[in-house]
Amino acid sequence: MGYRYEVRLSGSGGQGIIMAGIILAEAAGVYDGKYVCQTQSYGPEARGGASKAEVVISDEEIDYPKAIKPDVLLAMNQKSCDAYFFDLKPEGTLVVDSTFVKQTPTTRAIAIPFTQIARAELKKEMVANIVALGALATLTKVVSLGSLEAAVLARVPAGTEDLNRKALEAGINAAKLYMQGL
Amino acid sequence: MNEQATTGRQVLLQGNEAMVEGALAAGCTFFAGYPITPATEISEVMSVKLPAVGGTFIQMEDEIASMGAIIGASLAGAKSMTATSGPGFSLMQENLGFACVAEVPCVVVNVMRGGPSTGLPTNVSQGDVMQARWGTHGDHPIIVLAVSSTKDCFDITVKAFNLAEKYRTPVIILSDEVVGHTREKINLPHPGEIEVIDRIRPNMPPEWYVPYEDNSRGVPPMGIFGDGYRYHVTGLIHDVRGFPTQRPDEIVPFLNRIHRKISQHFFDILMVEEELAEDAEILVVAYGSVARSAKRAVREARQRGVKAGLLQLITLWPFPRQILEPYLRKVKAVLVPELNMGQVSREVKRINQGVTRVETINRIDGNLITPEEILVRLIKM
Repeated sequence: MGYRYEVRLSGSGGQGIIMAGIILAEAAGVYDGKYVCQTQSYGPEARGGASKAEVVISDEEIDYPKAIKPDVLLAMNQKSCDAYFFDLKPEGTLVVDSTFVKQTPTTRAIAIPFTQIARAELKKEMVANIVALGALATLTKVVSLGSLEAAVLARVPAGTEDLNRKALEAGINAAKLYMQGL
Repeated sequence: MNEQATTGRQVLLQGNEAMVEGALAAGCTFFAGYPITPATEISEVMSVKLPAVGGTFIQMEDEIASMGAIIGASLAGAKSMTATSGPGFSLMQENLGFACVAEVPCVVVNVMRGGPSTGLPTNVSQGDVMQARWGTHGDHPIIVLAVSSTKDCFDITVKAFNLAEKYRTPVIILSDEVVGHTREKINLPHPGEIEVIDRIRPNMPPEWYVPYEDNSRGVPPMGIFGDGYRYHVTGLIHDVRGFPTQRPDEIVPFLNRIHRKISQHFFDILMVEEELAEDAEILVVAYGSVARSAKRAVREARQRGVKAGLLQLITLWPFPRQILEPYLRKVKAVLVPELNMGQVSREVKRINQGVTRVETINRIDGNLITPEEILVRLIKM
């Protein structure tokens, strides 16, 4: 069987988790030319609490559309980190927003304060999801940064392109600093 | 790596959105519906896209009226469609029977959710397989197709319109919550690349037109309201001119013809997909979203030395009996996983007549059957 890479994005309703999932799927599928499936929590559980979006990326047609054992988990709040950590592959990558996730279940967790960065550097907390996407792509190389930027700019509301481009850069820089051990 | 067709337009779409694209590509110009979870996106996108191409979108007061509206639009010459879920599909049954008897082409989408009644609005199910076949009363012919991916939602919707037009019959598409809401990258073909079939219209002088006269295909040419071919449309059993009859020598040929027009074209209507099925010792029979779990399960089973294969049903009704029967004679066992208490498995068992062992996985908790559940059973079998 071909290559199959599974990403789960999670947080609370309103953090832009589903939008992040759609952007990531578009970047990998439409711009990077891979096969993608994107699913999301739906119904009452999607409003507040632990909301999730999943993206499966492959070089061949995807059979089962949902994540089986995610390779990457992004947790934007404590509740979703606690709820979904145990689904992660043993060698999988956990990325958390350290603004809200104070207790990480593993010492290998990559903790970056996405919401804090959005607040402090961009003065808009709502772009924390784009900051996180920039970091996620840099850390995992799941999509090319060029494709991600194209997908972000194609999806965000007109007039917010600059803000979102800066948010993406902030996320990329934060991830680079992390990788340099800073 | 990327061997997908390079023509057309690559987009990320939900299954529900892809259905709208398929309908428009097939020439749909009329949609009447009432929004319902998890089919709402079909109405939502239709309400934007259909007027933009000169078509008509109407949000109706309920699903009874929606079905009535698409029948009327079709009689007036439009390719018409509605979309709903279980509770709305129940309301459509009466007029669906009318469309069968009056031989009105139309497409009805049911994005299945948990039932019965209002049930589980946001959860996946496959509980309406038998309703799609027998929901409206009386012996009637019907075509029912099941979709499993975003690509299917486009392709099979085009096919549904083509079959409806070709055989003058309602065609039901059974989707489900998972298929409807999963976003996938698909390649939208250019209009010229798609086969589009239109109903056969009468070409004799209008005064010679006999609206329900039999022919070798069993499908009479269809006059359009307003084009001079005047005829009577009724849900009562009618004679060749369309007027009610109680004469046995008219009733029987009529009912036989509307059944024959489907049965004699069985192999044109039949669609299945086979994955590793040819030499399989255990055959999985699946459809809709579950077929995707099953596909993964049989691939994994092969890696573990279990000779499993998949027969994926796209045409559910008429049931693909002629395809299934040869398998029943050669496999050691059949497994039918589905999101109901055993609707397709019941049909498989009926055809099987004890020839081979038929097992089932029935999940009714509102969640999709996972590849692992099927794999574990395949290994045990």
